[in-house]
Amino acid sequence: MALREPLQRLGHSMTERILRLGFAARFFAYMLLHSGTALRRFHLTIREIYFAGVLSLIIILVSGLFVGMVLALQGYETLQRYGSSEALGILVALSLVRELGPVVAGLLFASRAGSAITAEIGLMKATEQIAAMEMMAVDPIARVVAPRFWAGVISMPLLAVLFSAMGIFGGYLVGVQLIGVDEGAFWSQMQAKVDFRNDILNGVIKSVVFGVAVTWIAVFEGYDAQPTAEGVSSATTRTVVTSSLAILALDFVLTALMFTGGNAG
Amino acid sequence: MNRATIDIWVGAFVAAGFAGLLFLALKVGNMASFSLDKTYDVQAKFANIGGLKPRAPIKSAGVVVGRVSQIQFDNQSYEANVTFTIDAQYQFPRDTSAKILTSGLLGEQYVGLEAGGDSAMLKSGERVRLTQSAVVLENLISQFLFNKAAEEKEGKDKK
Repeated sequence: MALREPLQRLGHSMTERILRLGFAARFFAYMLLHSGTALRRFHLTIREIYFAGVLSLIIILVSGLFVGMVLALQGYETLQRYGSSEALGILVALSLVRELGPVVAGLLFASRAGSAITAEIGLMKATEQIAAMEMMAVDPIARVVAPRFWAGVISMPLLAVLFSAMGIFGGYLVGVQLIGVDEGAFWSQMQAKVDFRNDILNGVIKSVVFGVAVTWIAVFEGYDAQPTAEGVSSATTRTVVTSSLAILALDFVLTALMFTGGNAG
Repeated sequence: MNRATIDIWVGAFVAAGFAGLLFLALKVGNMASFSLDKTYDVQAKFANIGGLKPRAPIKSAGVVVGRVSQIQFDNQSYEANVTFTIDAQYQFPRDTSAKILTSGLLGEQYVGLEAGGDSAMLKSGERVRLTQSAVVLENLISQFLFNKAAEEKEGKDKK
């Protein structure tokens, strides 16, 4: 039968994918259950926060600054046509706090820290360090994976908040200092329109969700990587691609849940 | 890199993150103006609220004295039932009137309170009796067109 082989291939790839998803879910549950060590011996997690969070600071801060400056420039162009250039503060603050902060910081975090986590765990597997740990009766998930996961979950919201704050500062620099929008109107209109619970807190919740998604994907891809040079490199690529797509998809779902209620405007 | 240096860096990072959140809350958001002081709720019925939304400001003499906390449709009177949450430090006479106004030509809508002359003050749960609905642009235009048509007809009749 001519149809038999493609059908078989389709079914095989489908079951493969579902199996992998189930493995990822079980991995996630196992990691959460064995997080005790990571939280009790917190210096393990602190070390990973240093590598995932502190070392990502430069790229996050610089990108935040430039995104804010570009937003102010472009926003001013459009707003001044309608004679409402004072609304520049609202435009910059709302777009950063609600969307750009969590999303762009998440994308940068995935490519800066997520790929590093995958490569590190994948290489540990390739050089049989993970197997060695198991031989010494040390649970590699509790000792290696969970600290990295929690470090990512803690770092991501902090990075997103810093991204937004830096972006608003960049918008202020360009809008007020360079273009000359009135400073009082810039801040007061922003304060009148940005709500702490609806805008800022929802942005932070988004970034926590992205943090969980990105680090989960990163540690899973690393742990699941083929223990060869090629396997580690393709796992790293998969981490960046999958987590970027996950961020964008999750962002759409979260935005739909958070901001389409009656009091969105 | 030894553990102490890493600890310092991570500590600085976490502190910077919280400083950023504080900056967003106080300087960017409305945390500073959003006081947890005592408030009291007052109801008002409007025939039409136009584009009024929850959390819209309530102003008296241009000063924000509270916020709209709830908007419901009253199925008995077929009117909108709006709940105002007003800061307890601002008291208004019982015959205060409420209007739905628009800031600027295309701006957002807010509630304007005009104090009356009664010596008794509005208490929590009471109702503002005098209300004026939002101006709906379509009604205004159709009124204008009707008037225009009527004028023209009168003009023709005189000829």
